[in-house]
Amino acid sequence: MIDFSLWDIFRNLLLAARWTVLLSLIAFVGGGLVGLALLVARIAKLRGAEALVGGYVQLFQGTPLLMQLFLAYFGLALFGINVSPWVAAALALTLYTSAFLTEIWRGCVAAVDKGQWEASTALALSLSEQLRHVIGPQALRVAVPPTVGFLVQVIKGTALASVIGFVELTKAGTMITNATFRPFTVYACLALMYFALCFPISAWSKTLENKLHGQH
Amino acid sequence: MGSTDASVAAGIVEINGLRKRFGTNEVLKGIDLSVAPGEVIAIIGKSGSGKSTLLRCINGLEVFNEGTLSVDRAPLLHGDAAAMRTLRQRVGMIFQGFNLFPHLSVGRNVMLAPTLVKKRDSAAAAEQARKLLARVGLAEKFDARPDQLSGGQQQRVAIARALAMEPAVLLCDEITSALDPELVGEVLRVVESLADEGMTLLMVTHEMSFARKVSDRLVFMHAGRIHEAGPPEQLFGAPRTPELKQFLSSIDA
Repeated sequence: MIDFSLWDIFRNLLLAARWTVLLSLIAFVGGGLVGLALLVARIAKLRGAEALVGGYVQLFQGTPLLMQLFLAYFGLALFGINVSPWVAAALALTLYTSAFLTEIWRGCVAAVDKGQWEASTALALSLSEQLRHVIGPQALRVAVPPTVGFLVQVIKGTALASVIGFVELTKAGTMITNATFRPFTVYACLALMYFALCFPISAWSKTLENKLHGQH
Repeated sequence: MGSTDASVAAGIVEINGLRKRFGTNEVLKGIDLSVAPGEVIAIIGKSGSGKSTLLRCINGLEVFNEGTLSVDRAPLLHGDAAAMRTLRQRVGMIFQGFNLFPHLSVGRNVMLAPTLVKKRDSAAAAEQARKLLARVGLAEKFDARPDQLSGGQQQRVAIARALAMEPAVLLCDEITSALDPELVGEVLRVVESLADEGMTLLMVTHEMSFARKVSDRLVFMHAGRIHEAGPPEQLFGAPRTPELKQFLSSIDA
């Protein structure tokens, strides 16, 4: 029987961590962009946007991410669209992230005093100017902690993509356990890696928060 | 055409048959008001009489249901974003709660709208902002943050910010009501100087002695209507309606 050193385990997990990082990045960026677009559609009171976005948010918040991943993978196949686990996971996580972010950010925009809207309206600013120069910067300050908190959830949520055969950290951990029969070591390493991914982000959030409040 | 032109040309703000409902509650029940250029109008009345709502209709912060309103002959069209943007450049507004932008310095507060809306370059906007801040007695506060200022100072910045758009009409919505009593005077002095320089002013106010001193015309609103209007000496000295009499006696402390 082959002997696996701790380094072997660690090295292989590190390789798999690349995919967790990449999947998280796609979910952040894609989800952020879609979430922002939905938010603006809602604020601009586009016809039907309120009901549509509201339904969209309820749909993704009210169902388990696991089920969304299954639907993206197997559901699309039913329509004759064959997607790789990669595409399915990226798609499901992007939609999931966008639904939560758009709702979080809506709350942050609502937290900005109504008088700020009125004053900027009275000064003849257009909606995009208001959002960019008056409302956005103030909403951003409140948005940092809940946004980062959610992004950390997303990083951990990528673990669920293992169920559709996507080999990221957790899936790799399971595979390595099956080969090494050292579950405790493997999962301890795994936990350490997730922590190493999430902790810096939380720490960075604190710094950013202080910076934004400092420039207040 | 000729006759309509003449009637429209009469006022810088023309309000005809204006009605505004919040749900089933009608707060403005047909307002007619013509404001001459340079005229200073003080609007008084009990809370709930519709005076703030009337003011907020003039720059489109409230959408009215019936009637017409025009500023500088340009009709207020709610659906038309370009028309509203043009109209709002002609109408400045100062609020009870100051509403300065807390994330921007005092100077940037004044510069923001001219640089964005009037496309003024930032050097010119900064120079104008310094002049306006000097005018309201806050020349040295250009780089200060709004939260470092007293209420009276913040309100004076708000006045400078509104003036930076070079409006033809200035709306003042109870602009001293949120101030400590000792800070009211500094703000009213600025408003008075604007009136002296010929700015058209419409102000909702509870400062009766100020209204009496500065305004050309006093408008008493009651239950969504203009109940009585005229020169301040006449309204204060010889109120014709029991409602105005009662109102004046109730505020006479």
